[in-house]
Amino acid sequence: MHLLKFRPNKLAEIARKNRQEIIKAKLSRRDLFKMGLLTGSGYLVVKSGLSARAPQACGPTDCRPGCSPFVQPFQEPLPIMPVLPERDVNTYPEFVSRPPNDTPNSAINPANNLPFEGRTETHQSRGQFPPQKFLITRMAQNSNVIVHPALPPQTLWGFNLGDNNFTTDPALSPGPTVVTRYGSPVLIRRYNQLPPEPAFGGFGVPEVSTHLHNFHSGPDSDGGPCDPDQQRFFFREQYYDYFHNLARAGFGSTHPPNGDVNETLSTLWYHDHRVDHTAENVYKGMAGFLIAFSDGFDTGDEGTGFHLPSFFPFPSFDIPIILTDKLFNPGSGQLCFDTFGLDGLVGDTFLVNGKVQPFMDVFKRRYRFRVLDGGPSRFYQFFLTNPDNLNQQIPFWVISNDGNLLPTPLQVTSVLISVAERFDIIVDFKKIAQDFGATRLRLENRLVQVNGRGPTGQLFSAGQGNQLVEFRLGAIVTDNSVDPATGPQFFTLPTKPRSEARVTREFQFERRNGQWAINGQFVDCNNPRFRVKRNTAEIWVLENFQTDSLGWQHPIHIHMEEFQMLSRQFGAQPPPVERSRKDVVRLGRNERIELFFRFRDFLGVYPMHCHNTIHEDHAMMLLWEVDDVGDTIRRP
Amino acid sequence: MVSVTRRTWLTTLAAAPMAGGLAAWAVDEKQAGQTRKWETIPPRELIRQRHFPDVELVTHEGKRVRYYDDLIRDKKVVLNLMYAHCEGICIPVTSNLVRVQKLLGDRMGRDIFFYSITLKPEEDSPKVLKAYAKTHGVRPGWTFLTGKPETIELVRRRLGFVDIVPKVDANKSSHIGMIRFGNEPKVRWGACPAQASPEHIVRTLLWDLG
Repeated sequence: MHLLKFRPNKLAEIARKNRQEIIKAKLSRRDLFKMGLLTGSGYLVVKSGLSARAPQACGPTDCRPGCSPFVQPFQEPLPIMPVLPERDVNTYPEFVSRPPNDTPNSAINPANNLPFEGRTETHQSRGQFPPQKFLITRMAQNSNVIVHPALPPQTLWGFNLGDNNFTTDPALSPGPTVVTRYGSPVLIRRYNQLPPEPAFGGFGVPEVSTHLHNFHSGPDSDGGPCDPDQQRFFFREQYYDYFHNLARAGFGSTHPPNGDVNETLSTLWYHDHRVDHTAENVYKGMAGFLIAFSDGFDTGDEGTGFHLPSFFPFPSFDIPIILTDKLFNPGSGQLCFDTFGLDGLVGDTFLVNGKVQPFMDVFKRRYRFRVLDGGPSRFYQFFLTNPDNLNQQIPFWVISNDGNLLPTPLQVTSVLISVAERFDIIVDFKKIAQDFGATRLRLENRLVQVNGRGPTGQLFSAGQGNQLVEFRLGAIVTDNSVDPATGPQFFTLPTKPRSEARVTREFQFERRNGQWAINGQFVDCNNPRFRVKRNTAEIWVLENFQTDSLGWQHPIHIHMEEFQMLSRQFGAQPPPVERSRKDVVRLGRNERIELFFRFRDFLGVYPMHCHNTIHEDHAMMLLWEVDDVGDTIRRP
Repeated sequence: MVSVTRRTWLTTLAAAPMAGGLAAWAVDEKQAGQTRKWETIPPRELIRQRHFPDVELVTHEGKRVRYYDDLIRDKKVVLNLMYAHCEGICIPVTSNLVRVQKLLGDRMGRDIFFYSITLKPEEDSPKVLKAYAKTHGVRPGWTFLTGKPETIELVRRRLGFVDIVPKVDANKSSHIGMIRFGNEPKVRWGACPAQASPEHIVRTLLWDLG
């Protein structure tokens, strides 16, 4: 966080200039009063840099915690993102005129002299899994987004439902939920129709690479940041066809032909990954959920499979929730982002599914919430708080970590979540009403964090934290979902024998001259650091050694495959909620973590990076490659 | 919520607290029913105000220049920090950037401009900087800058070349080792480690500066 520490005379100068501007603007006393700048006794109010005696007063260009306009919580309902509609590839005009072939559409668009499609490779595994479901979405600006009634309409970047008409089909943020099902391979066409520079608010760049976070994808469709030879981000007026085979990992190796059922994923998200500018683009709105259902297991229908709360039909009892903390400029009321910051952005205004602190009317039955920390930098520890009885410790169930159903549900009273992690929870509102007499509940973050280093380690007491959502309990209704208290069994964890690992590698994450290095080196988009042999296992050791006493925490993310933790905290077993397959690991201060991976099925280059997106943009990333030879470099 | 009459609102406003007078703001619009006047600063102007004060600097040729008007406005720029007698990273950084300069060829000085700003203006006069540039084989299109100490400090802070730890920030030999690059008219700004490979830096610059 860069602090503008003005000396007193400088501040007085600014105050004098501001007062001069007011005089120049010939604002009447009435105008000043209306603007809230004049006290009853006629003095300019101590704010907005008008008074020389306000050392931390917020100026018109400021974008930092404490400067966002205060807004009342619980004014609007929690949005439920619409589902991206499926298209008929034989009749939908866009797919008829530009068929989604395996070979990229490299014909040159005369309008911009670029290939129509930004993709430069064919889709790996497509021959084995021809696409069955076709989707289309367009990335664009929407200048009419209401995040709170007291704030002006916001200008955000998002994804629409596919039509080439942004009046009837505006871009949404969060984006539409992409619903998929194992066994039904998906092709998503994403169009870049973002506006040309300069970007509103001074942040955001109109090139994009949409990463499907957590899926086992070929590098052609992973949406990564960069590659030595292939183009990853694409330009305005281009599109990119992303292909996801909706088969589990191991389809071409350990468990042909459809993969290991114990590698089933459920809650994923998609977000921009434009190299060097990921933080600002995602923050500007480019993120949404992708849900993977599986017949016989996580079906989306509480009458079948694992009997998890139904997603279909409407009304849904399976609700994706993305937490994003933001800053707003005090003068414009607009979302703001300082692209010159290095440490991380911690917001003072909490948006959930794109609305500031919404409420949700819920029935008294079980709901599944798929909770995602959308960043950019904040860690959360969320609780269920009864605002009418703060002493109550209200339990709920964790059923899934990073989109992977746990072997069995775990009862908890809070969940610690870092950027890009997902936890699916089941909240039994009926039982809570019975046991605790609650009529409303708050999803409350009690973890204290003031800057990009990570949480301070302190917790707010109940009721004193950030009130994210208020659930208002309504009537009792039918509930056919499984009661987690009965101990249902979901998937079995794949084995993780150390002896299977072909090589062990060590990665030391450190701060170097104000940016981030891994094993002493910075990011290099032209050179993968090491090569993994396809269809083998490896152990990766992540180390975070601190040179300053306050330290840094980093949520580290690896593309392509998930891992299981062999140990945390220098050899300890991970806590029960982390005995799971995962793809994001919270690397604490002075910590050493061992991860077990199998790298299967695909060939190509993928990244590992910190998911505090500001750190990511300041080089906390490396590329690695899967080929059929591999190397044994221990400290790449 | 306590209902707020106009009289109580005025009293609250008059007693507005200092840092982050959020309560005063809160009472403002919703309850009092006033409509808020929002003012948006256009993006280019916003970045200029926040990051590029139009202060006076001196080049290694001894020429006085205005930081924003002469050096930044309408240009594609790359900025970094150094000082001539640095024992730390400055030498590898400068020689790395010299390699980048070679790779950029005739774009240097034509539409891409490098600026290196000294952290020790008391020591690094234009003459010293000129000698430094010559020693490293710096070619045209790359300007070294000095100025009054408080001006340099302001420039550095506004560029975000600040370490979160005050002690580290105060220690010049551990200064931020990155380049900040931008296309000023298009309001695109990014950063890159100054010690990344020259080919990576060039690719990154071309992706952003066009």
